[in-house]
Amino acid sequence: MAYTINVNGTSRTVDVEADTPLLWVLRDTLDLKGAKYGCGMGLCGACTVHINGTPTRSCITPISMVGDAQITTIEAIGETEVGRRVQQAWLELDVMQCGYCQAGQIMAATALLASNPKPTDQDIDDAMSGNLCRCATYTRIRAAIKHAAGIAHSEPTET
Amino acid sequence: MTREHALLESAPDTAAGNTVSRRAFLAASAAAGGGLMLHLTVPGTAFAVPSKSGPGAELNAYIRIAPDGIVTIAAKNPEMGQGTKTTLPMLIAEELDVDWKNVRVEMAPVDMQKYGPQFAGGSFSTPMNWDPLRRAGAAGRQMLVTAAAQTWGVSPSECETSAGVVRHKPTGRTLKYGELAARAAKLPVPDLRTVSLKDPKDFRIIGKFTGGVDSPAIVQGKPMFGIDVTVPGMRYAVFQKCPVFGGKVVSANLDEIQSLPGVRKAFIVRANDAAAHGITNVDRLQEGVAIVADSWWAANKALQKLKVKWDEGEAVNQSTAAFEKRAAELFREAPQKTVHKEGDVDAALASAAKVLEATYSYPFIAHAPMEPQNCTAQVRDGKVEIWAPTQFPANGRTLVAKTLGVDESDVTVHMVRCGGGFGRRLSNDYMVEAAWIAREAGEPVKLIWTRQQDIQHGFFRPGGFHHFKAGLDANGKLVGFRDHFVSFSGADGDFANSANITATEQPARLIPNVEFVASLMPLNLPTGPLRAPASNALAFAFQSFFDELAHAAGRDPLEFLLELAGEPRVIPPPEGANRFMPVPGFDTGRMRGVLELVAEKSDWANRKSLPKGTGKGIAFYYSHLGYFAEVVQATVNPKTGFVKVDKVWVAGDVGSHIINPAGGINQVQGAALDGISEALGQAITIERGRVVQSNFHDFPLLRMNQAPPVEVHFRITPNPPTGLGEPALPPAVPALCNAIFAATGKRVRKLPIDPAELRSA
Ligand code: FES
Ligand code: FES
Repeated sequence: MAYTINVNGTSRTVDVEADTPLLWVLRDTLDLKGAKYGCGMGLCGACTVHINGTPTRSCITPISMVGDAQITTIEAIGETEVGRRVQQAWLELDVMQCGYCQAGQIMAATALLASNPKPTDQDIDDAMSGNLCRCATYTRIRAAIKHAAGIAHSEPTET
Repeated sequence: MTREHALLESAPDTAAGNTVSRRAFLAASAAAGGGLMLHLTVPGTAFAVPSKSGPGAELNAYIRIAPDGIVTIAAKNPEMGQGTKTTLPMLIAEELDVDWKNVRVEMAPVDMQKYGPQFAGGSFSTPMNWDPLRRAGAAGRQMLVTAAAQTWGVSPSECETSAGVVRHKPTGRTLKYGELAARAAKLPVPDLRTVSLKDPKDFRIIGKFTGGVDSPAIVQGKPMFGIDVTVPGMRYAVFQKCPVFGGKVVSANLDEIQSLPGVRKAFIVRANDAAAHGITNVDRLQEGVAIVADSWWAANKALQKLKVKWDEGEAVNQSTAAFEKRAAELFREAPQKTVHKEGDVDAALASAAKVLEATYSYPFIAHAPMEPQNCTAQVRDGKVEIWAPTQFPANGRTLVAKTLGVDESDVTVHMVRCGGGFGRRLSNDYMVEAAWIAREAGEPVKLIWTRQQDIQHGFFRPGGFHHFKAGLDANGKLVGFRDHFVSFSGADGDFANSANITATEQPARLIPNVEFVASLMPLNLPTGPLRAPASNALAFAFQSFFDELAHAAGRDPLEFLLELAGEPRVIPPPEGANRFMPVPGFDTGRMRGVLELVAEKSDWANRKSLPKGTGKGIAFYYSHLGYFAEVVQATVNPKTGFVKVDKVWVAGDVGSHIINPAGGINQVQGAALDGISEALGQAITIERGRVVQSNFHDFPLLRMNQAPPVEVHFRITPNPPTGLGEPALPPAVPALCNAIFAATGKRVRKLPIDPAELRSA
């Protein structure tokens, strides 16, 4: 079935089955490989994209539910001011190890800072605990969020 | 076109204590367009690499200096987040003396004949490459200096380098490396043994916080992982094996599956009798049903409708409960074998003032790297091409060749960034599956395992059981120690992979009377290395029991460990320790050093002033040549028994340099949290031969709200640098359990930690 969806500001028409999760439409139909498959059950956050600015698990979002909502993926997050700052903070703290979870982490962190420019540790816990990092880069994710928000932290950064 | 070569044999490092000897081979040639290419091979000592290192070896363009001054360095080892793709080129760039911003890093092709061993495991990359890569860089620098000196008609000794420029000191003339590359390519290659290395105080790259070379692409979501690979005409595949290991397909509803939308083909893959080729259980192609479809989603949907009648075989009778029952029986019987014996433990226990006994156990664990197993394969005209996230690509290449019955030279493996490894991708089972399915399908396929398949069809960190008996003298000093280890046996009847114990386990060789005996249970389930193999389990059991002993003796656990270390001295490595490279002895002074450092940083002396329900625990562990002492502070909720880890302090000694503090500290923090993640919730349990767990709801990983701050301190000592991928993990587990004891008075003797056991209200 044909669906026209709005991805990163562009209207795209895809012909897929109604129950196809947005994740696989993005990855395999539209060749946007940034969102990752981690669990397929909404448990890990590797597939996080923004739908109308809200961080959403694309692996459990069927294409038929998307409608004309604005979808933003990691590929375009740097076009927003907050997203760009978050990416920059991720680089300055060199947050990633394997990097596989980090697209999802950046999407979740950007959504957090867009709605809450000065998050507390508790806010960070609440916003980020759905995003698993098997490499356990949590110390730096927390610090990078603070870095992007201009809040003091004690992790080393690139000088 | 090769000018000359230099062989480096047994080059002693200038730093004290380096007995590491290596043979590295360097050659030079001209690159098209006037550049310089350096070809380097760093063989491993015990790798059966059919390498022709030395004159006549195939050239590999390890380092290329282009006329525009851009230096391209090959990354020969897989990258899975451990950071070698950044760290190893830093070593070359430092001694070559170029600006890091002018360095590009390219993934090398898989060809061990050209590059020497190519793998990521055992934290070996740093110790194996620290010396030869720096020497290669220094040799390149020397050639560029000579080229400049010849251009000017001056002595090389009057020249200096800095950031890719040679300067003639008396006249101030300068030439850029790019301008010199063509001339340098015609020069003989200096002897690697005698090239002069920088004084470490002049390092400008080593020791500097350096972001990962792939990081900019990662934050933009660029395709770079195995799962992101696309090749023209590619289909998507899923593969379902029997839920019971080694089970066989009797029949399957293939016709129904093939009629589903998007499905192109469904077929049975028969188990390959690869044992005949010497292929291990883990890697061997297992029996199952493959579904090839136009999209992965279509393949996965068809998988939900797949009905297979399995012949489950023998393994169906296995269960965690049965293993536990059998282990308890074996503890009452005489041990089957002695692994290590020194002194007279019976006599020591008989004369001890106090004797303690305790039983510890830990479960099987899966690796669950964030990127599920996947591989893209294409078989065309007898040639096989593979794109795979793998820690051991060359092994995969051999495996694919043997299983498909083709020549190894007809198999090309492309290394792709791994979304985590942790040891799981040292075996290439998914690679051989993809190759087989692609051949049967007659089209290129990308095989992606579901998370459930990843958790249920891995090879596992083996569970284990220890019955300890130890004696303390009247001063509370440990005088005798026995471990009866109930573990698992593999196909050959000996310890299953990573289920073993060796004579390096403390307190062996630290006190006079020690005995490690073992009894093995047969296991029909693959086991293998998980980050810090064997150590990740043994550290928990042994270092927790040491804490018990310290408390039983009424002593400070730190002081007890320091006494165990004894006077600073070097204990030579046991026989057979030099499997991959010559290893140095165990330095008790370095053990003492990290214990004292972590105690200071964590304010250990004042731990008694913590509020009720909060406690600090300490543990030490030596693995992968790294010395790590860690303190964990934890708070236990008396009503729920839930454990909150407040903070972790780590003191590590990996030698004279932290090559890249960015990646290095990240590895240490991640490893410590990985250990805590394992301790708090991870277990693979077996029922009716099946793995019970299936996804992150029942195989939990640590989450942000559970992750404590991890403070990392390095003790810099004059020893050659060693790796950081693993050694910070093992002590985190017992340090946490010892903290729980300090907080509650309850001893964790079984992992994962069970909150129900910790309630006090
Ligand atoms: S893949 Fe979507 S939450 Fe894990
Ligand atoms: S960086 Fe590897 S899973 Fe997060």
